[in-house]
Amino acid sequence: MVQAGDVGLVTAAREVFSETLTLTSGRTLAGFELITETYGQLNAQRSNAVLICHALSGNHHAAGRYDLSDPKPGWWDLHIGPGKAIDTNRFFVVSLNNLGGCDGSSGPNTMNSATEQPWGPDFPQVSVSDWVTTQVMLAERLGIESWAAVIGGSLGGMQALHWAVHYPERVRNCVALAAAAKLTAQNIAFNEIARQAILSDPDWLTGHYQRETVTPTRGLSLARMVGHLTYMSADGMSDRFGRDTRTPSETIDSDETVFQVESYLRYQGKQFSTRFDANTYLLMTRALDRFDIAADFNDSLNDAMAVTTSRMLIIAFSSDWRFSPARSQELVDALLASGRPVSYAEIETDAGHDAFLLDEPHYTGLFTAWMQQVVI
Amino acid sequence: MRYDLTQIESWIPEGSRVLDLGCGDGAFLSRLQETRRVQGMGLELDPENLIAATQRGVDIVQQDMDQGLSNFPKSSFEIVVLAHALQVLHRPDKVLQDMVRIGREAIVTFPNFGHWRCRLHLGLTGRMPVSKDLPYHWYDTPNIHFCTVKDFEALCADLNIEIIDRDIVSGPTTALFKQLLPNLFGSTAIFRIKACD
Repeated sequence: MVQAGDVGLVTAAREVFSETLTLTSGRTLAGFELITETYGQLNAQRSNAVLICHALSGNHHAAGRYDLSDPKPGWWDLHIGPGKAIDTNRFFVVSLNNLGGCDGSSGPNTMNSATEQPWGPDFPQVSVSDWVTTQVMLAERLGIESWAAVIGGSLGGMQALHWAVHYPERVRNCVALAAAAKLTAQNIAFNEIARQAILSDPDWLTGHYQRETVTPTRGLSLARMVGHLTYMSADGMSDRFGRDTRTPSETIDSDETVFQVESYLRYQGKQFSTRFDANTYLLMTRALDRFDIAADFNDSLNDAMAVTTSRMLIIAFSSDWRFSPARSQELVDALLASGRPVSYAEIETDAGHDAFLLDEPHYTGLFTAWMQQVVI
Repeated sequence: MRYDLTQIESWIPEGSRVLDLGCGDGAFLSRLQETRRVQGMGLELDPENLIAATQRGVDIVQQDMDQGLSNFPKSSFEIVVLAHALQVLHRPDKVLQDMVRIGREAIVTFPNFGHWRCRLHLGLTGRMPVSKDLPYHWYDTPNIHFCTVKDFEALCADLNIEIIDRDIVSGPTTALFKQLLPNLFGSTAIFRIKACD
């Protein structure tokens, strides 16, 4: 059933861009497609549009359901809807699947019209900058001159920051949740383990698995298990699973899971491997690794933040060790150094990195209050 | 509005950048944004206060003053305010030094522990004062660093901080008494300070 506060039934749309896109790598795409969803109504002044930037494994389906029987709504339904933080009674919300994604936008699992084969590993590596370039094209297509807000968590927060730094005149408010100016060595290392898990799967076939109609599900599943583990906190896992066991196993070489946490991680990995594309996973993690908001400013984060003109909300989560509060604090300090207005909070939670997806009272309260101050 | 806040307001230049340390629910900054058209920013720890201040349209950063304020650049604000929070800090001296570095001027208010009621209470009963204004016991109070008007002035001298202006809030005492013996008759002290040139 559709509840009060829900955006209700939604449908995805396809935007076809026929112009040639030159990527930061120098490679070109002769046209591309983006899958989008929108919620709420664009006002007559076109001043109430909000862009949602998704994280590593996200997509355009951020809120609502396609069908009443869908077991789950979109990935950020807790925060998008009537009366929610991103209030669809006020805002026209635009969400998309990023270029190189695997949920309908042009990417490794879509057809390369030149070869009439799936792109697979031949799809060009894209960057956060390329994503924002395509989002700018989408905004122009929709007639949105400036966003009331650009919002994202994690890798999505990096896109929001890129918008604020490179298109200050088009962003009036910017929200970066559980984000960072760039990844740490440890963070890149986790991504590398995930990539190696995929590359070592016998079904990887140098990325051309789609031609052979196989999928490297074991590698992808293992990659997700590593990732998912790092998005949780030790305390959160202890509370949720403790040392709870399932069926006791008598043999040491058994592949049965003994502890609930093992079963949980395997389930998460398996689910992910059936819905996500391995080439996209490599592409997304590489874009994440290479992002550095200060790179175009002689590595000066202060100089990068100094060119922003939007109101800024930065939120970190206390138990997030993948994108720790210290990383968000760096962004805040750089904004303060340039005399930019900023609001910042470190939310007390044991939900780890994924807390930005959840409904923690102080987080939701602050996010909602801040968004209510967005002038449309 | 509390008297010390009215006095602070009169010292805030129109359109200035104001940093309020321990801004609570942001009501004061929000008022300054309206009456003085300041560009305000608040520092606060309590999450409920962060939400309340944000609802009032105040930019707010969650940060613990006791961990230092080195991330705020020199002279990045015209005025830095610390209203009724000096006595809860672990190192009031360090915060004062930061305040006059960050702000061209700083305004500090604190309850005067040299007030005659405090002296009388301690002198007669031999126990730490508990009153309507200071309702805590010595063991559960968040107010860990009480000082008197004289103590504060001595600290400013030690830290090379110039006192630009001073106002003493008193109870029903006559203005003359307050003027002659501020440390005895003032219940709240309000200082406007800056770094010595």
